[in-house]
Amino acid sequence: MSNPIDHITELVRFRNLVGHLVAKELKVRYRGSVLGFMWTFLNPLMLLSVYALVFSVYMRIDMPGYAAFMFTGLLPWIWVQQSLIYGTNSITESESLVTKVTFPLQVMPTVKVAAALINYLLGLPVLFFFLIVKGVDLSLNLLYLPLVLAVAWIFVWGLALLLATANVFFRDVQYIMANLLTLWFFVTPILYPLEQVPPAYRVFIKLNPLTLLMAAFQDIFFYGRPPQVGGLVVLALIGLAVALVGMVVFDRYKESFAEMV
Amino acid sequence: MGDKNAIEVEGLVKNFRRVNIKGGYTSLKSVLLNPFAQYRKEGERVLKVLRGLDFHARQGEMVGLIGRNGSGKSTLLKIMAGIYKRTSGTVRLNGRVSALIELGAGFHPEFTGRENIFLYGIILGLSKAEVKKKFDQIVAFAELADYIDSPVRTYSSGMYVRLGFSVAVNVDPEILLIDEVMAVGDVGFRRKCEQKILEFKKEGRTMVLVSHDLDEVAQFCDRVTWLNQGVIQEDGPPSQVVETYRRFITGQDGVRFRDGSDRWGDGRIKLTGIELLDKDGHSRGTFRSGEPLRVVLAYAMSKPTEDVAFGVSLTKADGTHVFGTNTHLDGLALEELPESGRVELVLERQDLTNGLYHVDAAVHSRAGEPYDYWTKATSFTVRSDLEYDGIYRPPHTWKRP
Repeated sequence: MSNPIDHITELVRFRNLVGHLVAKELKVRYRGSVLGFMWTFLNPLMLLSVYALVFSVYMRIDMPGYAAFMFTGLLPWIWVQQSLIYGTNSITESESLVTKVTFPLQVMPTVKVAAALINYLLGLPVLFFFLIVKGVDLSLNLLYLPLVLAVAWIFVWGLALLLATANVFFRDVQYIMANLLTLWFFVTPILYPLEQVPPAYRVFIKLNPLTLLMAAFQDIFFYGRPPQVGGLVVLALIGLAVALVGMVVFDRYKESFAEMV
Repeated sequence: MGDKNAIEVEGLVKNFRRVNIKGGYTSLKSVLLNPFAQYRKEGERVLKVLRGLDFHARQGEMVGLIGRNGSGKSTLLKIMAGIYKRTSGTVRLNGRVSALIELGAGFHPEFTGRENIFLYGIILGLSKAEVKKKFDQIVAFAELADYIDSPVRTYSSGMYVRLGFSVAVNVDPEILLIDEVMAVGDVGFRRKCEQKILEFKKEGRTMVLVSHDLDEVAQFCDRVTWLNQGVIQEDGPPSQVVETYRRFITGQDGVRFRDGSDRWGDGRIKLTGIELLDKDGHSRGTFRSGEPLRVVLAYAMSKPTEDVAFGVSLTKADGTHVFGTNTHLDGLALEELPESGRVELVLERQDLTNGLYHVDAAVHSRAGEPYDYWTKATSFTVRSDLEYDGIYRPPHTWKRP
């Protein structure tokens, strides 16, 4: 089975399983901790406080509503980051399932990306609260959110499939990714608006697909304007290419996973 | 039994890439530095596990797969289960497959028994409603009603395995692939597994059983296939194939070796094998309580030695020492032993209770200086119809007033 359509039909066929594993993923993450599910909200808030301290107190970035701006980008970034880190490890960490149970392996990366997405959605009320407190007007442009998420999903999911496959054969990938993601975070306009980047360097920043993605989130949440259609289309095309490659590569190698894990 | 085949395997070949001893995993560095290393020496790096094998099972048939370690039994099972990819050949299975390869693989330790039943059931291919319907049955079979809402990390290994088995057999498979899982668990649980298998047989489900317990294979299977070095050596009625196989392994290197042994000594005399025989001289792994038991030790001497004693000791699986003796203690003279040969200890009756017993074997000087001390050289199970307490079941009767 190396046909991307089959890959998707299989996923749909196992949607029950995906749903259950996502629920497990969310439940298990904070099990055993006293605050439990509250960490879903506390984690991004704490991260936000750190960056807010650094960038609006110590190294002042001159921008009205900076904290709200930053939070708008920080939340989807956490989604992307979690998806890629957990996605990379998704096959290698489930050794007993891979080698001992007949199991549709392609659900594993999908589960990680979906669980991280749900985490993002759970963070949204906190974001809205923040935006309102900071006096940002919420507009109807928020209705674009599902579209933006869908486009982002294709890109992130495809990448996660690719990384998960690569990590089975080269365990180095997980370590490389951890560092690469730090770099990716800082070269993407999340902590700073694109306008702060000197014009000469903006070209490079714009080569980064996540720049387009973050711009879309910032447009609909922070600036209250529709996302740029051109940007979304480009991102969707990149995403489709990545996802196609991801599915083909994953399916091409998945039958060897049991021997390599 | 139907005449349609539930399992059809033709010309199955499976090669494994031998994993590099140094690294274990390929690292990016080794690939970058030496990109073609893996294509070099192809012949040496490939392990041929199955070499063109035909295997089939009719609907409702129970087939036993036997063979020594490394003969390809588990690989065949994993390919039929869809876990390993075949190198070439065809594999067709008609019906819903459930593979019992490791019980409870996929359980999450932080989750309760209840949550894990749902999760594992769905992983094995049931819908949530189906699991719900079978939930009580699963819990009852696993005998875990009191613990079902505790996290499985608090379970004993026996409880863990019971739960895993219980979910797996309740998936309602049409084809069940079983890899040696009945060897785990206590005697009571084992008996339950056996009952479940008999029930499945009656319902006409197809089963493939991989096992080292030849008695179990002979007792349950309709047909036995013996794999040797990746090809089928013999296929036919259980008693016949099991018998040839037994003769083969005992004839091949005197007596059989078991894995996982632990031994020490200076090796001037070595134990080359140990075998447990019944009264007819058949090698067995299971005995009924009260049956005679013969322990045969094969040895080989590298230096002529006069000061020799052979010893055997039995320990119950829980660590209770049951019995130990040696040739010196029993006053057997062992001068001028041949360079290699067999020494036999005959127990006219082993009046032991139900359970698993380990056998330690040793050859040492009369003063006890070890030449080859082999702990857990082999083990055997004792079965009786009644569950007595303790380790010893003397022949006994009651008299009422």
